[in-house]
Amino acid sequence: MSADFGRHLLALNEIGVDGIKEILSMTDRFVEINERPIPKVPALRGKTVCTMFFEDSTRTKLSFEAAAKRLSADTMSMSVSSSSVKKGESVRDTIETIQAMGIDAFVVRHKSSGVPWQIANWVDDHVSILNGGDGWHSHPTQGLLDSYTLCQARDGEAGENPSLDGVHVGLIGDIKHSRVARSDVEAFTALGAKVTLIGPPTLMPPSVVGWSMDGSTVDISHDLDSLLPELDVVALLRIQRERMGQALIPSIGEYVETFGLNRNRMSLVRPDAIITHPGPMNRGVEVSVDVLDGHPGTVVLRQVTNGVAVRMAVLFLLLGSGVVS
Amino acid sequence: MAERERKIARPYGGVFVARTQVLDSSQVGRAMTRIAHEVVERNHGIEDVILIGLQTGGVALADRIAEELKRIENADVAVGSLDVALYRDDIGLRPVLPEAVTNIPGDITDKIVVLVDDVLYTGRTIRAALDALNDFGRPRAVQLAVMVDRGHRELPIRPDYVGKNLPTRRDELVNVTVDGVELGEMFKDHLDEGADQ
Amino acid sequence: MSRTEEATGIDRLANPGDSRVLIVNGDIVDPNDRRRADIAVSGGLVVEVGENLDTEGAEHVIDAAGCVVSTGFVDLRTCVGEPGDEQIETVESAGRGAVLGGFTTVLAMPSTTPTIDNASSVRDMLRLAERSLCRIRPVGAVTKGRNGNELAEMAEMAGLGVTMFCDDEVTIADSGVLRRAMEYAGGIGATLAQHCVDPSLAAGAIMHEGEWSSRLGMQGSPAAAEEIAIVRDLTLARLTGTSLHIQHVSTAGGVEAIRRAKADGLEVTCHVAPYHFTSTDADCASFDPSFRVEPPLRSAADVAAVKAGLADGTIDAIASDHTPRAPEDKEAPFDQAPPGMLGLETTLALAVTELDMSIEQIVEKLSWRPAQIARLGDVHSGVVAAGRVADLVVIDVDHEWTISGAAMASNSRNCPYDGRTVKGRVRHTLVGGKLVVADQQVVG
Repeated sequence: MSADFGRHLLALNEIGVDGIKEILSMTDRFVEINERPIPKVPALRGKTVCTMFFEDSTRTKLSFEAAAKRLSADTMSMSVSSSSVKKGESVRDTIETIQAMGIDAFVVRHKSSGVPWQIANWVDDHVSILNGGDGWHSHPTQGLLDSYTLCQARDGEAGENPSLDGVHVGLIGDIKHSRVARSDVEAFTALGAKVTLIGPPTLMPPSVVGWSMDGSTVDISHDLDSLLPELDVVALLRIQRERMGQALIPSIGEYVETFGLNRNRMSLVRPDAIITHPGPMNRGVEVSVDVLDGHPGTVVLRQVTNGVAVRMAVLFLLLGSGVVS
Repeated sequence: MAERERKIARPYGGVFVARTQVLDSSQVGRAMTRIAHEVVERNHGIEDVILIGLQTGGVALADRIAEELKRIENADVAVGSLDVALYRDDIGLRPVLPEAVTNIPGDITDKIVVLVDDVLYTGRTIRAALDALNDFGRPRAVQLAVMVDRGHRELPIRPDYVGKNLPTRRDELVNVTVDGVELGEMFKDHLDEGADQ
Repeated sequence: MSRTEEATGIDRLANPGDSRVLIVNGDIVDPNDRRRADIAVSGGLVVEVGENLDTEGAEHVIDAAGCVVSTGFVDLRTCVGEPGDEQIETVESAGRGAVLGGFTTVLAMPSTTPTIDNASSVRDMLRLAERSLCRIRPVGAVTKGRNGNELAEMAEMAGLGVTMFCDDEVTIADSGVLRRAMEYAGGIGATLAQHCVDPSLAAGAIMHEGEWSSRLGMQGSPAAAEEIAIVRDLTLARLTGTSLHIQHVSTAGGVEAIRRAKADGLEVTCHVAPYHFTSTDADCASFDPSFRVEPPLRSAADVAAVKAGLADGTIDAIASDHTPRAPEDKEAPFDQAPPGMLGLETTLALAVTELDMSIEQIVEKLSWRPAQIARLGDVHSGVVAAGRVADLVVIDVDHEWTISGAAMASNSRNCPYDGRTVKGRVRHTLVGGKLVVADQQVVG
């Protein structure tokens, strides 16, 4: 098992099933490192990782920076509020300018789908691009950390051949506008899980053809209550209040009534089910206050912890362990 | 991590062809026993001793020495494993194996850590291991046990316990298992034949 | 309401060719037939068509052996940049691109700054057009400032020779306004052209709605947005009894609606842009903003329907939909890039390469059919005969070449087909008897 990594991590379907598995297996090592008294290794000494967040984010940016630092890379960061992008400088000019300072990898987040691909065409040959989330399109490290967390919850670790065979995951919420949903579906199905997308029709994409790499079916349901007892994994997604303004749902109240994970609905969740949420949580919307805290299978904070380890594995595989040319 | 690993992993992958058997399995066994006795003698027992085998070639040897220590002293000694791939100075030139786990048994501060590896060659692996140990605590002492010292040191590192001093050429390869020690060469172009020689 | 184009010089070039040019050994294709004959041109007109014409005294003798000769192409939709966007295109650069692509007349869209929506802006445009190697006929806006509410002064513009009205990429959404516009345009004998899309269904859309928009995470415009608008416009054409031209039809449903309307006897025409038979929505996966166009690239099934519509005559014409964009727009994020791609120099080649149609059929859809739709009349009848205006192209149908965005005449570079090998190229172009393209090079 050794996938052929390119220079970049743009989307999971570009690294394939083998690539996903290699990253997850490697993540075991970094989970262990993060548990050490000094959770830091010198693997990427002398490398410089720059996070370029053209869209606001706190946790993904911090997670990537923590990952880079624990590998001893130097980190730089640029966010749109403190940059010249607002003054009309193009993305390309910004990237080329910062690249000239000597950058080995850019972590890019942008509100428009595809920007990391465009940037990958502009940077020098030795520079890696890591997609930190583009538009509604892709968020590969989130898909990886979510599937790592599920493997860990089931088997303790990813192991040499990570698998989610026989696991039924229900992804609940705003699927259409969610890059997390797209990357989760890619990762979960690649590992053999069955995925059902659950939410109101107006928050579903027009099609899910091509969402799984192997062509396996992705089901769609609008009836959460009848599915909940079947689910091994209840994967909640964030509902953005702006969707209401676009008249995609009549009201937050109605959404909570039909798809919110409230106390009543919690009784339908299997006691051994795993509950995930990519954060930040809208308590009182997709999940009501305190129902998660009492459930033993809640792994929300584990997702955050694993996020650092997964990103260390990705950074290390892209920047640290290249095969000699 | 040592020579054995190079054999299986890109870009060093190739077929190891043994020229001579230097030690057989009983000789390896006797060497392990001797090293175990030396550990006891030098440290006045095995209290506070922790054996740490270096991934991947030193792990089985550390287990073997632990068995000997148990026989001699009738007490269990803590055994762990350490992968130093992320501490190497030639990172990027060597593969990192997901299955090569690090498992340090408990706090090493104020303990006597005996690093165990199969072959001591340039010393760079041990340098990396010393760095790695720093991140786990501050041992009272660190000692080094190797099955084979083949010379060609590039750093001021010296073993405390040696199974066999074996003069070699740089282009040779030493293969150490609990079943014996072989001296030979690596042939990359024999990959397709895949014969176990 | 009379047309006074001769008086305004709308169809006269600044410098008509006086010299005698002979085109020999070519296969003439016109609405009548295909025949081997020589053509003699002088004083801006074709003076003789026949076999073995005397080459003596000719300034240029063009050997068209192995090539097809036809009347020049007429482009029903070109954005020439000027006035307002001179940095992305000028009448000169657009004119060079046009004649290199075989277009001797282009219909210039009113989506300029200022909008061409009154007589004085038409006059300004006509003056600008004199600098171009090709004939530029301004298309007038249907509503003032293309605001979709108040009718523009169409009759005054028609008086200056404007024969086609369109609000370009802005659909007239108000059915009441569109009805009055159709009636009014019908009254002055002009063609009303519409970009058909239901704005609310297409709100925020970046690409075609379907499998690929779902995968790529982009807001889609459903095929229904076009189909609904086409059906509404056809219904209004029936109500008003006027003719209607539908721009760049791109959906299977749209083609079918037009097919049925034609069968019902409605006076409706339509054109297609080359990218709608060349590319699909899957190409957006490259995130190259040059693939962002309006209407968006559709599904493979829609492409097949467009090709079938071309073959059976439902689709009357092929237009370049030439839309230059600034270089920095080509590097904008896909969803922020303004839609449109270059087309003048690649339209013929993409048609020859992508369509399973004869060169006669392709030339019909590039030359005399669009000329009829734009009501160019006798100026451009498609017939190659003595006494006709000498707007001619010599086409090497089998010539293979590689598209190069950098080599294009346009000031812009938004051509996603850069590097693609295609077949069919214009070798020579004459506008008003003057040789403007010789051996694929601008000489005018």
